[in-house]
Amino acid sequence: MTESLLYFTQQVINGLTVGSTYALIAIGYTMVYGIIGMINFAHGEVYMIGTYLSFIVIAGLTMLGLENLPFILLTALIVSMMVAGAYGFTIERVAYRPVRGSKRLIALISAIGMSIFLQNYMRLAQGPRDIAMPGQIQGGWSWTLDGNLLNLSYMQVIIFVVTVISMWSLHLFISRSRMGRACRACAQDQGMTNLLGIDTNQIIAVTFVIGAALAAVAGFLLGLYYGVVNPMIGFIAGLKAFTAAVLGGIGSLPGAMLGGLILGVTESMTAAYFSTEYKDVVAFSLLVLILLFKPTGILGKPEVEKI
Amino acid sequence: MLELQEVHTHYGPIEALKGVSLEVRQGEIVTLIGANGAGKTTLLMTICGDPRATSGTIFFEGQDISRLLTSKIMRSGIAVVPEGRRVFTGMTVEENLMMGAYFQEKDSIEQQLEYVLHLFPRLKERFSQRSGTMSGGEQQMLAIGRALMSRPRLLFLDEPSLGLAPIVIGQIFEIIQQLRQEGTTVFLVEQNAHRALSIADRGYVIEHGHLVLHDTGANLLDNDEVRKAYLGG
Repeated sequence: MTESLLYFTQQVINGLTVGSTYALIAIGYTMVYGIIGMINFAHGEVYMIGTYLSFIVIAGLTMLGLENLPFILLTALIVSMMVAGAYGFTIERVAYRPVRGSKRLIALISAIGMSIFLQNYMRLAQGPRDIAMPGQIQGGWSWTLDGNLLNLSYMQVIIFVVTVISMWSLHLFISRSRMGRACRACAQDQGMTNLLGIDTNQIIAVTFVIGAALAAVAGFLLGLYYGVVNPMIGFIAGLKAFTAAVLGGIGSLPGAMLGGLILGVTESMTAAYFSTEYKDVVAFSLLVLILLFKPTGILGKPEVEKI
Repeated sequence: MLELQEVHTHYGPIEALKGVSLEVRQGEIVTLIGANGAGKTTLLMTICGDPRATSGTIFFEGQDISRLLTSKIMRSGIAVVPEGRRVFTGMTVEENLMMGAYFQEKDSIEQQLEYVLHLFPRLKERFSQRSGTMSGGEQQMLAIGRALMSRPRLLFLDEPSLGLAPIVIGQIFEIIQQLRQEGTTVFLVEQNAHRALSIADRGYVIEHGHLVLHDTGANLLDNDEVRKAYLGG
């Protein structure tokens, strides 16, 4: 009994770890969808670039002889958030703004084109192979109960803490700040927001930058967790986060958080009790089921076609 | 204060405004009346730059604003209470009002907030309530309050009486007159021609994208054609 309960708890911990990073990436999908009603399919690529940036900064600072690990990691996190934010800004400017207002399909094709471009650009710039980074943060806590082990690594704790801080800051920004209010206004009625003198292009750019910065946080965390990166990781991670966003209800911020956690735990349960090979199958089956039976997701509101 | 010269607006191939010229002078209430689809809202929104005029010029306080971005125009001293109110239903009354004051200084916001809440005591009662849960009349008051938060010199109102109870309409028209007395110029688009003409200094009548009549409010109220077409005989 205790053995199976312990095993189960372990899977929940693992699932929440991965799930919270899905949630961070899902925020980018859901915010952009909430404001301009399109799926930014290049978003997974920003996550991938965020991982590379963290690796580059960590490797660079280590080679310079720095030994203060917290300083190195914090610098890597901030730099990759900033540079990824610049990517997010540029992607919107280059691939989406010129086609805004045209048919949805056109924006979608533009997004997929941007995604393929970024993947191949990173293949050229960094090479197509896996790049490994030795674990920066080793160890953790473990408890023994009747000869069974429960592990909670420091890295997992860091992932939880950083995710919670990021989500909380985002929540404060959206609910309290002047610009966050404008983001919400824009999501409800872009035309009216414009009629109040607010440059909605600027607000849209801000949501892309925030989404990209949070994807970079996820890239930093998962990069450290798995210790490996290649130019293709953005594709699957992007799809997973998209699934999480749809599961929670696309356009809803709490939905993205919830969807990420549910997806992470579902995956880890599948891997634990069924087979690791099937975890992606289950994740994407979940996407299909949600789209079939509850397209608005768990916390989403039904979309009202405006006339 | 506001002057339109030969303004044309198209929606694709359809010409919605066919050369409109009109003028709103400082301190006036000017009303635009006309049937559904005559181009009233189009005219108002064209001044706001959305849709943009295809030709002609629009001057506001001597400056040509016909080529400016909507966001720029709306920061130059004009505010609009749009058709259908368009309050941010997911936000509280307070947040809606703060959206109107987006570009104001902190001191100015507090002062103006006090003024708006004094004008609409009902909004004070509902200050922290989500605006989507309020009645149509309250939402209309909020939409006017939100527009006033930007301290406009020229206020546009598009069908403020639409769908409201007569008693609430009466209150809103009183407020409009009070605003004018306090120095705000008002441009009012209305289907409720009788009410609009009785408070307006001057009125224009629009039909199929043309301005067909222009006179003082009182004269238009007495005009036979206007009586027949818009005042029910």
